[in-house]
Amino acid sequence: MMSSFLFRAMDTRAGIFLALMAAVIILVPAGNLLVPEGSPFHVPTYAVTLMGKYLTYALLALAVDLVWGYCGILSLGHAAFFALGGYAMGMYLMRQIGTRGVYGDPILPDFMVFLNWKELPWYWYGFDMFWFAALMVVLVPGLLAFVFGWFAFRSRVTGVYLSIITQALTYALLLAFFRNDMGFGGNNGLTDFKDILGFDIQADTTRAGLFAASGLALVLCFLLCRAITRSKLGKVLVAVRDAESRTRFLGYRVEHYKLFVWTLSAMMAGIAGALYVPQVGIINPGEFAPANSIEVVIWVAVGGRGTLVGAVLGAVLVNFAKTWFTAALPDIWLFALGGLFVVVTLFLPKGIVGTLSQGWSALRQRKVSADYEAGSDEPPAPPQSPSAPAKIHPKPAASRLPADAEAQPAE
Amino acid sequence: MARSNSLLYLDGVSVSFDGFKALNELSLTIAPGEMRAIIGPNGAGKTTMMDVITGKTRPDSGEVYFNGTVDLTGEDEASIAELGIGRKFQKPTVFESHTVLDNLELALKAPRGPFATLFHVIAQSEKKRLDYLLDLIRLGPKRGELAANLSHGQKQWLEIGMLLAQDPKLLLVDEPAAGMTDAETAETAELLKDIANDHSVVVVEHDMVFVRSLGVKVTVLHEGSVLAEGSLDHVSADERVVEVYLGR
Ligand SMILES: Nc1ncnc2c1ncn2[C@@H]1O[C@H](COP(=O)(O)OP(=O)(O)O)[C@@H](O)[C@H]1O
Ligand SMILES: [Mg+2]
Repeated sequence: MMSSFLFRAMDTRAGIFLALMAAVIILVPAGNLLVPEGSPFHVPTYAVTLMGKYLTYALLALAVDLVWGYCGILSLGHAAFFALGGYAMGMYLMRQIGTRGVYGDPILPDFMVFLNWKELPWYWYGFDMFWFAALMVVLVPGLLAFVFGWFAFRSRVTGVYLSIITQALTYALLLAFFRNDMGFGGNNGLTDFKDILGFDIQADTTRAGLFAASGLALVLCFLLCRAITRSKLGKVLVAVRDAESRTRFLGYRVEHYKLFVWTLSAMMAGIAGALYVPQVGIINPGEFAPANSIEVVIWVAVGGRGTLVGAVLGAVLVNFAKTWFTAALPDIWLFALGGLFVVVTLFLPKGIVGTLSQGWSALRQRKVSADYEAGSDEPPAPPQSPSAPAKIHPKPAASRLPADAEAQPAE
Repeated sequence: MARSNSLLYLDGVSVSFDGFKALNELSLTIAPGEMRAIIGPNGAGKTTMMDVITGKTRPDSGEVYFNGTVDLTGEDEASIAELGIGRKFQKPTVFESHTVLDNLELALKAPRGPFATLFHVIAQSEKKRLDYLLDLIRLGPKRGELAANLSHGQKQWLEIGMLLAQDPKLLLVDEPAAGMTDAETAETAELLKDIANDHSVVVVEHDMVFVRSLGVKVTVLHEGSVLAEGSLDHVSADERVVEVYLGR
């Protein structure tokens, strides 16, 4: 049961993605650590960190795509789950500082000493242990998403209304985390980290390790999302996206399905945030800004909503452009981003990957038709027919065969 | 007929929208295994009646019982579907970005929970059933086609196929022949008669040729309540029916 579930995740497209990711995960750290400086193939440390950051953004985009692209839940609050995962990791990193802080207090982080706090608040307990912090990285966003989703989906809040309350959620958290007495460092957030799991957080090797960990997390979550979206559950999600009430009349409890992907997606966003924080070296309430969540949606739209590879590609491309623009033409970036969104919405509604794969199947379709006209006695496969029955299309290579055998005729 | 030995029992059901009474003290009983045709002018409340039975609309007053004992007014859409009431909508609604086969597979009777579907592997028996249904609705050659690319009539048939895939005890079929050619309409009537051999069916239809070819008991709705009931010939002879509907 489990193996067939995972087996479902694999096909050519996933294979290409995995091979590419494997190359990136190995070559970038190797180019930093093994290739001597001065060589054209040397990857500077700042670039490793920058690309590591992109990978965490890609994971966040994947999480948004799972709920938006496949289930039609337009979340404008996923940065909240990302930031919560980031704070959980930040709390662990703060507790690792120990006596090396400015005030040298072995237990209390500097900002608490500064506020004259005498003891650690209860919700900071346990964060000195990595396993506990790692658990909180998924549990806190997951629990918040579960409670939020339980109420929202049960009362059938959908569409714009849901998007608006997700914005309200992240905004409320932004305001809360700004307050000093929340105990999360207020405006300044958590920073000045020293080490992670005993490794110096500034060291090249640690940076390379964090990069590889981000890549690995992205790959694992990609496979999980793929196994989900290609299962029968994935088909139900798309059914909910396209005709929610029809799905209900078939007997599916739509709110349970939404709650499932929503919670899972929030956990993935939390992991992304947790990998982001040690690489950028700071987490502050700014990460909760409503605009951040909106930006993620733009990445997904650009790359291709409803295609997992598209979400990853969109996040990397847009952030690469952002890095370039904010350095070269800082005043223009926001206009460029807005313009990009408009252009994509108008001219590439399926995003880059969606448009490419559509063009690809149309092309293949034309080739098959041409073969047919050229005298082959087999009728052409209809466009986008992964499950054409063998008795009608004796040449299965002509139609796209899914990795799982479920679309095969029973004869 | 008494509630206890009925399949579907509506008594004094009223629904109003902003003061307008779409259903007005509607009472109707369907016996197990029965096929019933419902006719009535536009706005008579036929679709609203189906909304009430399937949990989409809550009645303001009145009783709705399934199988004599289950109070449907307390259940939601998903649990009513699970109880065994399937519905075909007036406007064909299929999942456009799924293939014909996937549409049927989603409808197929099987555990409906997220974890059941997550680990679901299609069984041989399910494949057989899907093949059977595809044959029945004559969409075998279109099984891999996206539902969006089907013609209107084919969508209607696919939706009937989905209804059968659920294997419900009671089928509610809202205007199945709308937008069909005469030939398609005749075929649809044959298909429904076939289905009625081992299911209870309530079918709403405007097309009198279609209703006549079904040859079943007819209920005439008007302004949210029952105006007449009996064979088509019997109700056609009723003066009030002629006035509101047939004679126009
Ligand atoms: N959701 C609704 N809100 C307001 N009015 C409605 C709604 N649904 C149906 N109605 C009204 O109720 C009446 C009955 O509609 P309906 O059941 O669709 O009729 P039929 O299916 O017999 O043509 C119509 O006048 C319609 O305008
Ligand atoms: Mg109607």
